[in-house]
Amino acid sequence: MVKLLVDNIEVEVDEGKNLLQACLDNDIYIPNLCYIDGINRVSASCRLCFVDIEGVDQPVTSCTVRVEEGMVVKTDTPPVRRLQRTALQLLLSVHVVDCGHCPANKKCELQRIARFLKIGLKPKRLEQFLKEPGIDTDHPFLDYYPNRCVLCGRCVHVCRNSRERSFLAFARRGFDTIISFYGENEAPDLSCGDCFACVEICPVGALVPKEKEVP
Amino acid sequence: MNPAKNEKPRKVFGSICQEAEARRNAFKEAPVPKIHIGMATCGIASGALETKKAFIEVLAERNIDARIHSVGCIGHCYAEPVVIIDNPGFPPIFYHQVTPGKAKMLVKSYLEKGDPLFEHVLGAMEENDLIPPVSDFPRFNLEKRVVMEKCGLIDPEDIYDYIAEGGYSALVKALELPPEEIVTEVKNSGLRGRGGAGFPTGKKWEFALEAGKQDKIVICNADEGDPGAYMDRTILESNPHQVIEGMAICAYAVGARKAFFYVRAEYPLAVKIVSKAIQQAKEIGLLGKGILGTQFDLEIEVFQGSGAFVCGEETALIQSIEGKRGMPQYRPPYPVQKGFMEQPTVINNVKTFASIPPILGNGAVWYRGIGTENSPGTAIFSVVGDVVHAGLVEIPMGVTLRTLIFDICGGVPNKREFKAVQIGGPSGGCLPPDFLDTPIDFDSLTGAGAMMGSGGMVVMDEDTCMVDVARYFLDFTQKESCGKCTFCRIGTRHLLNTLERLTKGEGREEDLEQLRVIGEDIKDGSLCGLGKTAPNPVITSLMYFRGEYEAHIREKRCPAGMCRPLTAYYIDLDRCARGCDACVGCCPVEAIFTTKNRKKGVDQSLCVKCGECMVACPTEYNAVIKVSPPDLAPVIERPVDD
Repeated sequence: MVKLLVDNIEVEVDEGKNLLQACLDNDIYIPNLCYIDGINRVSASCRLCFVDIEGVDQPVTSCTVRVEEGMVVKTDTPPVRRLQRTALQLLLSVHVVDCGHCPANKKCELQRIARFLKIGLKPKRLEQFLKEPGIDTDHPFLDYYPNRCVLCGRCVHVCRNSRERSFLAFARRGFDTIISFYGENEAPDLSCGDCFACVEICPVGALVPKEKEVP
Repeated sequence: MNPAKNEKPRKVFGSICQEAEARRNAFKEAPVPKIHIGMATCGIASGALETKKAFIEVLAERNIDARIHSVGCIGHCYAEPVVIIDNPGFPPIFYHQVTPGKAKMLVKSYLEKGDPLFEHVLGAMEENDLIPPVSDFPRFNLEKRVVMEKCGLIDPEDIYDYIAEGGYSALVKALELPPEEIVTEVKNSGLRGRGGAGFPTGKKWEFALEAGKQDKIVICNADEGDPGAYMDRTILESNPHQVIEGMAICAYAVGARKAFFYVRAEYPLAVKIVSKAIQQAKEIGLLGKGILGTQFDLEIEVFQGSGAFVCGEETALIQSIEGKRGMPQYRPPYPVQKGFMEQPTVINNVKTFASIPPILGNGAVWYRGIGTENSPGTAIFSVVGDVVHAGLVEIPMGVTLRTLIFDICGGVPNKREFKAVQIGGPSGGCLPPDFLDTPIDFDSLTGAGAMMGSGGMVVMDEDTCMVDVARYFLDFTQKESCGKCTFCRIGTRHLLNTLERLTKGEGREEDLEQLRVIGEDIKDGSLCGLGKTAPNPVITSLMYFRGEYEAHIREKRCPAGMCRPLTAYYIDLDRCARGCDACVGCCPVEAIFTTKNRKKGVDQSLCVKCGECMVACPTEYNAVIKVSPPDLAPVIERPVDD
């Protein structure tokens, strides 16, 4: 066990534990979207879980840090909040904010993080960019909404873990990156059954079971 | 001297050297002219294939015995196709822009009649009494060639050509030493990675060596992708063996038996030449099992990267070789700790590996004598854009930008003013004239807001719009972002969108602050090097050329006159010649009409601002005038048709 100081609270956790997980375990919330507990190599792609660590110049993502004895961590310094707010605003600038019609409403991680960081869901600072088309219905059991997706990659990971290969993958690049059901010809043969692990792990309701498939 | 010194490699190599010497002497001493033609991609693009064909044809036609020697690129792009003719009785002469016609003339005049055609000579390759040597010119004598020493002088497809020039002797030397000593030598040389980040190479190798007995991997990163940069391609196409030798030394030093050559598929000639070079090295026992009679084995595999800029980032590159989507991973662990298939992996750039044989051959002290204290050695730049002598330049670190751009590369052509230089590719920064006296080394460039990068350098003259340049580079990084992390994927899109609005004259006052703030956040928040550096072109141009941004927003004016929506062409009626129809004929959209007194006017509602009329207007009139903002153009009414 090692002791560290997070926001002036002394926390005792297993040596070598992931800092983000250590904080979450001790009821210290740090915004995060892409983190999965126990994963071999974290994705570190959502860029939300920044913290300040004493002795390190700039905020670092807590999911990529292992705890050390005597570590002094601050989760709410102005530089940390600045990066977190920008990251969330960027995510919201490509997000259809139509919570009333979204199945994730009230359990959506974006709503939770926006509340936590005290920013509105419709930021005025940035223009909104949406992808076309707004829905991908190629999958036999699922619909995918690229304008809700935060591209955290949790669905890709969980799908790969529940079978020998993932039925979901990242496709395209840059701003056009989406989650794709590889390849389109195979889609009807996908043997997803009633797995829906991807739907469960999606933080924002970007993957939704097709209506007819829901019992 | 190490008493346990392994003598075997030297003995085995001795016979290879003899073969190389014999071939070289047979070539050199043959009493016929030798014609060396630069046949790298740049040469071929300029017509070297046709030139070579012309030489072959006319030699046959005239029944002249001569040897044609295909060599790589010497780096003088402005002079392509380049030919060096070594005619017995004359010094070897460097000819520039040798078209097929010139080739025929040279054979007829020079080889047949002994007239070297002085008007086409760039210089002689050695001191003599007849022709000024090229070493009299700053483009040659201010360079210091370490990595590119043999480029353009040897046939890249003939391993013996390289060996005859002393090639692979550094590998022999290395095989006689214990690995630790090689790593120490590289550390002492102070060599820093030439891929851009400048991490000490010796240190990287030391980490790999310390990882113990497990399997290790060596990767040569030849996924060069910066717009306007082609140093790695040229080296691979001109002297692949120097890179392979460096890789072999590295593999021996760190204890790897497997290496990858990650070459981008868009470099087909480089892929072909490198594959052939590996094959040749294998055939004579310089690669493969039991290299030069030792216990050291090394397999090098060529892996073709398929068109993603981000795969030049080392963690993405490894993902790509593993067959996964090329997306950068969080570091640490660094590749040297856990890389390809979780094995310790040393990834170095082409130029880094190519620096190893000279370092080992001449010693760390010699290498330290070149360049500066913290950045020893040489830097290779592909200097392109608005310069007279564009091409590849290898200079000692510490030379100033002014020396490089104005003395070596001849400055800006067409009597234009120097405006800025973009260093380090899409991740680099734009530096204004005030920074011309900045020495070129890793730390000084970073301090100025640019970066060494892999060596792309774009020189821009006064006709370049800095907002448009920033837009161009952001467009590139936005398209090449892997899409993984929030800041790079979405943030660069916002920067690009704002810049696009500015170039259309739709900028808003708050845009400037927004560009800066989002740019800084992308820098601090991104996952990998691509995102962390992507805003650099915006941030530096905003810092050094703020006035230009303000002109776009406040006056809807593009000071360089490059942003089409912010410019207009009109015809000065005082200068326009009655009855001349040059501009009318070239206008692609029929926007030019004839006035009542048979002069011309531009219909602004039709004009697409291509500028063709300005080119077409005879110089004695120069009546077409370009203005920005567009409302400065006087309105000339189109006469109503009768």
